[in-house]
Amino acid sequence: MKLLFERSRAGRGSDLLPACDVPVVTYDQGLLRAEAPRLPEMAEVDLSRHYTELAKQTHGVNDGFYPLGSCTMKYNPRVNEEAAAQPGFTQLHPLQPVETVQGALEVIYTAEKMLCEITGMDGMTFQPAAGAHGEYTGLLLIRKYHQSRGDTARTKIIVPDSAHGTNPASATMAGFKVVSVPSNEQGGVDLDALRKAVGPDTAGLMLTNPNTVGLFDPNILEITQIIHDAGGLCYYDGANLNAIMGHVRPGDMGFDCVHLNLHKTFSTPHGGGGPGSGPVGCKAMLAQFLPSPHVEEKDGKFVFAAPEHTMGQVRSFYGNFLVVVKALAYLITLGKEGIPEASAGAVLNANYLMKQLAGAYDMSYDTQCMHEFVMTLQGLAHDTGVTAMDVAKRLLDFGMHPPTMYFPLIVHEALMVEPTETESMETLDEAARVFLDILAEAKTDAESLHHAPHDCPIGRPDEVTAARSPILRYDFGA
Amino acid sequence: MGSYIPSTGEERQAMLQAIGLTSTDQLFDVVPESVRVRSLDLPEGLSELEVGQKMAELAAKNRVFPSVFRGAGAYRHYIPSIVKTVTSKEEFLTAYTPYQAEISQGVLQSIFEYQTQMCELTGMDVSNASVYDGAVAAAEAVFMCQERKRSAVVVSGAVDPQTIAVIKTYCESREVPVIVVPADGCATDPAAIQAALDGATAAVYVQSPNYYGVLEDMDAIVAATHAAGAKVIMGVNPISLGLLKTPGEYGVDIAVGEGQPLGMPLSFGGPYLGFMTCKKAMMRKLPGRIVGETKDDDGNRCFVLTLQAREQHIRREKASSNICSNEALCAMTASVYLAAMGPKGLRQAAESSAAHAHYLAGELAKLGFGLRSGDKPFFHEFLTDSPIEPETLCAKLEEQGILGGLPVDGGILWCCTECNSKAEIDRLIKVIGEVLA
Repeated sequence: MKLLFERSRAGRGSDLLPACDVPVVTYDQGLLRAEAPRLPEMAEVDLSRHYTELAKQTHGVNDGFYPLGSCTMKYNPRVNEEAAAQPGFTQLHPLQPVETVQGALEVIYTAEKMLCEITGMDGMTFQPAAGAHGEYTGLLLIRKYHQSRGDTARTKIIVPDSAHGTNPASATMAGFKVVSVPSNEQGGVDLDALRKAVGPDTAGLMLTNPNTVGLFDPNILEITQIIHDAGGLCYYDGANLNAIMGHVRPGDMGFDCVHLNLHKTFSTPHGGGGPGSGPVGCKAMLAQFLPSPHVEEKDGKFVFAAPEHTMGQVRSFYGNFLVVVKALAYLITLGKEGIPEASAGAVLNANYLMKQLAGAYDMSYDTQCMHEFVMTLQGLAHDTGVTAMDVAKRLLDFGMHPPTMYFPLIVHEALMVEPTETESMETLDEAARVFLDILAEAKTDAESLHHAPHDCPIGRPDEVTAARSPILRYDFGA
Repeated sequence: MGSYIPSTGEERQAMLQAIGLTSTDQLFDVVPESVRVRSLDLPEGLSELEVGQKMAELAAKNRVFPSVFRGAGAYRHYIPSIVKTVTSKEEFLTAYTPYQAEISQGVLQSIFEYQTQMCELTGMDVSNASVYDGAVAAAEAVFMCQERKRSAVVVSGAVDPQTIAVIKTYCESREVPVIVVPADGCATDPAAIQAALDGATAAVYVQSPNYYGVLEDMDAIVAATHAAGAKVIMGVNPISLGLLKTPGEYGVDIAVGEGQPLGMPLSFGGPYLGFMTCKKAMMRKLPGRIVGETKDDDGNRCFVLTLQAREQHIRREKASSNICSNEALCAMTASVYLAAMGPKGLRQAAESSAAHAHYLAGELAKLGFGLRSGDKPFFHEFLTDSPIEPETLCAKLEEQGILGGLPVDGGILWCCTECNSKAEIDRLIKVIGEVLA
């Protein structure tokens, strides 16, 4: 497929702007660029067709089943898009007088109240632009809390070995040392190891529950108690909230702060990698440290205020506002019954699909799961040479996005499957049939699977060469 | 109540039966009884019609100004129709990060194209696939410059205050010293920067055009900083690069900025786009996703996420950054915008923005709004004194449907783009004249 630059022809383009109706500014030559940037010169028709062609080589949620574990690829409702596309939201300057943006502030305020109710938190910021950004912000809350008490020896964050990679990376960015604790045989936190890990240097714990193997940790109340007894705080990674929303709240499980991924749990689209939104909720004692500005209600009006001991800003303005608009449309659509029904649907779909595969594929943990489950293809790889990668790549030929591969790190040859609640029974039945067909192929024609996919726009890319001799931009030649 | 679950009640019952359960409550048996939620204190769900009405009511509580002379980090430029058409395509909108290259070539190629365009625009060698916004890009760039004995960052006081605030937040947690050198007459004094440098300085952060619209003396700043063995990070407005000298030509090490002017509406502050480009020597220190060209097993050109050894899912606590999700669709927006505008259109937008700003500055001067930056060159923003209290003037303008400049430091920070025609500026001047009278 041609690149934009290969379609460019000198002199082409559209008349988009009128001629300038005031005198042009003459800058000193030394302030001007020597040569024009080599941007493509294209007629609109060619530009349009270029992106139509690119779209055909892109698999979104609307192109087929997308059970990418930990990513909650549920359907993105159109009414949310329509709501966020209104000029009353898109045409607002972020520095307009507050009395002219009361609707926008009400969006943020209402989303905060509803999400605090769902998470059991007391305050929330929408400044973080994605989940990892939220983790960082939440950890800064923990840091500020200990500092404010003069408790400066608390330098360590405990992270289970099954955690998302962002957890330890965020802890480092927030100035903490990372202590990894092993998982027990059920995939949960090893309580003895946790008790040994805590101490006067414990700043806090980062945890997903259900964890990354899709299991709810039944010891959760004991886990958060161990951390609190040691003087630490508990951070809830909300990546897996779609399993439990409306059934149990992080705040009630003993968590002190939490980030949410509006682009996962609350149905806003992921845009091929973003924009997301990673709001951070916290208990009352942490709210004074939240980023500034924060929306508050005062005498029937919405205003911006700076929390008393704010950490400052983690991003400009108020975060990815239009994403919050979309999430609010979703929240008010579902309401008090729809929220728990969505998570129940997600857990039901995951268990239903797992049940259909359980006889044929090895499950990493042989028990009822939450919103996702993890298969281990170690046995298959041993017997046939067919790996998790091979199976994932073969799924592409059937119009299915593969599950998350090789994660969590504690499961060998892992495939992590998260169907979400927005898939129908027949989609799950069909997916199960495909998985079972591929298993049969593995036993009869392993060689073919090593070369899958066979029917995609490209075959397997050479990633090693890409990293060793990086080509990161188009070469215009001489 | 709205719901996006396709399965009917009977189907759900059948599925429950298949897994050996009788009610969905049993799916949550593992949750300790003491913390099970009985009922959420939320309103009842709504039909789609009601949701549409409710969201329209919220939008109607906001005021859209037909005439905008405010920038300060968020700019209203013309957005070609093709931009929204392309970025609304459901494939792009609903895809996740392109982990599976075989079915993600569209997204991957578009990021590769974006990276190329950003390199061309900034005159740098390498671009990443985006970070959250311009302010975070600045903070991330500071961390790219960290060396064993060099940690501190010297920041010009003429940088956007929100960018300084974010740099400070990011640096505080990693105990990186931030030295802010006060601006002198709306510009950075290279001698003051030089005086702040020492053997512990890792980087200097300057923005040009700066917060007050002034073009900084970049040659002097770059020379002084490099002589002290530190890196230069330059914040830049991407539209200005249609016309003005590039970070690459100035010889800086890293260029960053807010990409919102490249086809993104104001959107009350987001989603926006943080762009980052750098010299090849710093390539492996860039945070976030990067797309590279390679070949598939049939020898066809294709694109993949690459240099992943920098990233959190591989390196965990040793990663160069924690970033995972970025602003991919905003990067695509910028790419479509740049392709639609082309080199001529972008130059036209830059020239027209500057020309209208200079015309406005001249007209305002006649009314006694003195330019605070004197005869220093500026792009499309400028700070003036105000003969009447800035807030009072802006309130009067708002009555006439005009969002005036931003009250800053007792003066007013004005902005023009190609969207502000001469007629619109003349009307603004007329209204101000009436207010002053």
